[in-house]
Amino acid sequence: MERITKEQIRHVANLARLELKEEEIAHFGEQLDDIIDAAEQLNELSTDNVEPTSHVIDVRNVMREDKTKPSLSNEDAMRNVPETEKGQVRVPSVLE
Amino acid sequence: MSFETVIGLEVHVELKTNSKIFCSCAVEFGAPPNTHTCPVCLGHPGVLPVLNRQAVDYAMKASMALNCEIAEVTKFDRKNYFYPDNPKAYQISQFDKPIGEHGWIDIEVDGEKKRIGITRVHMEEDAGKLTHDDESGHSLVDYNRVGTPLIEIVSEPDIRTPQEAYAYLEKLKAIMQYTEVSDCKMEEGSLRCDANISLRPTGQVEFGTKAELKNLNSFMHVLKGLEHEEERQAEVLSDGGVIEQETRRWDDSAKKTILMRVKEGSDDYRYFPDPDLENLYIEKEWKERVEASIPELPDARKARYVKKYDLPSYDADVLTQQKAMSDFFEEGLELGGPAKQLSNWLMGEVNAYLNQEGKEIQDIPMTPKALVGMIQLIEKGTISSKIAKQVFKELIENGGDPEKIVEDKGLVQISDEGAIRGMVNEALDNNSQSVEDYKSGKGKAIGFLVGQVMKASKGKANPQLVNQLLKEELDKR
Repeated sequence: MERITKEQIRHVANLARLELKEEEIAHFGEQLDDIIDAAEQLNELSTDNVEPTSHVIDVRNVMREDKTKPSLSNEDAMRNVPETEKGQVRVPSVLE
Repeated sequence: MSFETVIGLEVHVELKTNSKIFCSCAVEFGAPPNTHTCPVCLGHPGVLPVLNRQAVDYAMKASMALNCEIAEVTKFDRKNYFYPDNPKAYQISQFDKPIGEHGWIDIEVDGEKKRIGITRVHMEEDAGKLTHDDESGHSLVDYNRVGTPLIEIVSEPDIRTPQEAYAYLEKLKAIMQYTEVSDCKMEEGSLRCDANISLRPTGQVEFGTKAELKNLNSFMHVLKGLEHEEERQAEVLSDGGVIEQETRRWDDSAKKTILMRVKEGSDDYRYFPDPDLENLYIEKEWKERVEASIPELPDARKARYVKKYDLPSYDADVLTQQKAMSDFFEEGLELGGPAKQLSNWLMGEVNAYLNQEGKEIQDIPMTPKALVGMIQLIEKGTISSKIAKQVFKELIENGGDPEKIVEDKGLVQISDEGAIRGMVNEALDNNSQSVEDYKSGKGKAIGFLVGQVMKASKGKANPQLVNQLLKEELDKR
């Protein structure tokens, strides 16, 4: 069953910054259709009296006090960064 | 065709916590780049954010001060987007259950009051800071600011003119300052504003297509940007064109708005509940504790100044716009300063000095005690109001004790009748022409004679006494 159009696949791929080949678009389209089919089984259940659930474990109000702790050094923070300049992460020009 | 302008504002306010919203890194403006980060705010795999209680308290306090209803259950969601200022590729924000909703504030433009609705107040984390490096042609990213707690305050599209937008921002800033949830320093980015603006033919109910304005770095830029955009849209529509839904930036040197990008829809952010953060239940006791911490807000202070001290509404407004100014006034009152004179000095000389020097009242060395002391010296007749300006200049520039300044500089007003009578007669002797003019009915001549006496006394003679004695001595001649 085809519910996901190729256009939608391209759109979602673009949002995720993925470059897909034509055959991949067809392939992922099928997979996404299957996933939606699976998820739709849930529609068989009546949820009329159930509040939308965002979390399944009911932990209440987990918070910390407003206290600071030492941060990483600049050297450590930049350790895995491919390109740095002046202690900062260097990226292709993004002009707004 | 005539149009009606519809404006809605989105204001981001940084909350002044010590640490970030989801980790223990310190929040500090101007620190060396990338020295306030950790695996949590850098979005390394496997880390868990833990919410800062103080950030929630501040967000709640701000929401209450904006007359919002506080959510009983609130939660955090991920807003997904790729941009180098955001190392996790999502921003933790609040989507469908913001902490505050349905608020309002009152503004006043040209003496007319108006209520502006507040749609929502939600919590979120700030992004990093991007700068463009001209040398290398690259952009550089500093992640210190990532995770700084923010609230976003979204207004209803109730604003009809750029002036109303300006008044709304002034009032919002004052409330944030009074509640002490933020420094509200636009130059440091702790208060930022985006504006949505659309036009519709007068009488039409549906809104027109809106443009979003960014890069509004001061309230003045908001005002100018909106004025320009109002004109631009009216021109496009009058020519039969259509407004695209787009994001435009204000270019202050070119004095116009420039197209940035066509706006993406909110669906594209693929919001979903952040599985790492649990629901937040806001109970009655918690709300009451925060509510009790809200101080008297600007509108209430203003009303009190008008009612209790009989100040004109305009004066009370100016005094309460900035918390620091209002606090200075309050302290002066507590020290027994007369309200009207205090208000006059603050609104007049003090504000003129601050505007001229580009300073804030908290930056000057003059204390409320010193200003009150000086006013009392005038009231007691120790110094004339003319001499007071010299004392004031010394106080506002260098601080100090007014009595000591008056003593050290020998500025005490001369109220000794004999001494002044002597100076009066000397002036009359030396200016026989003016005496004749006065005698022949030219009343103005007395002004010149007063000036001569004041000059002879180096400005220290009591002016009322000079006037009185001059008349007496003139009548004798």
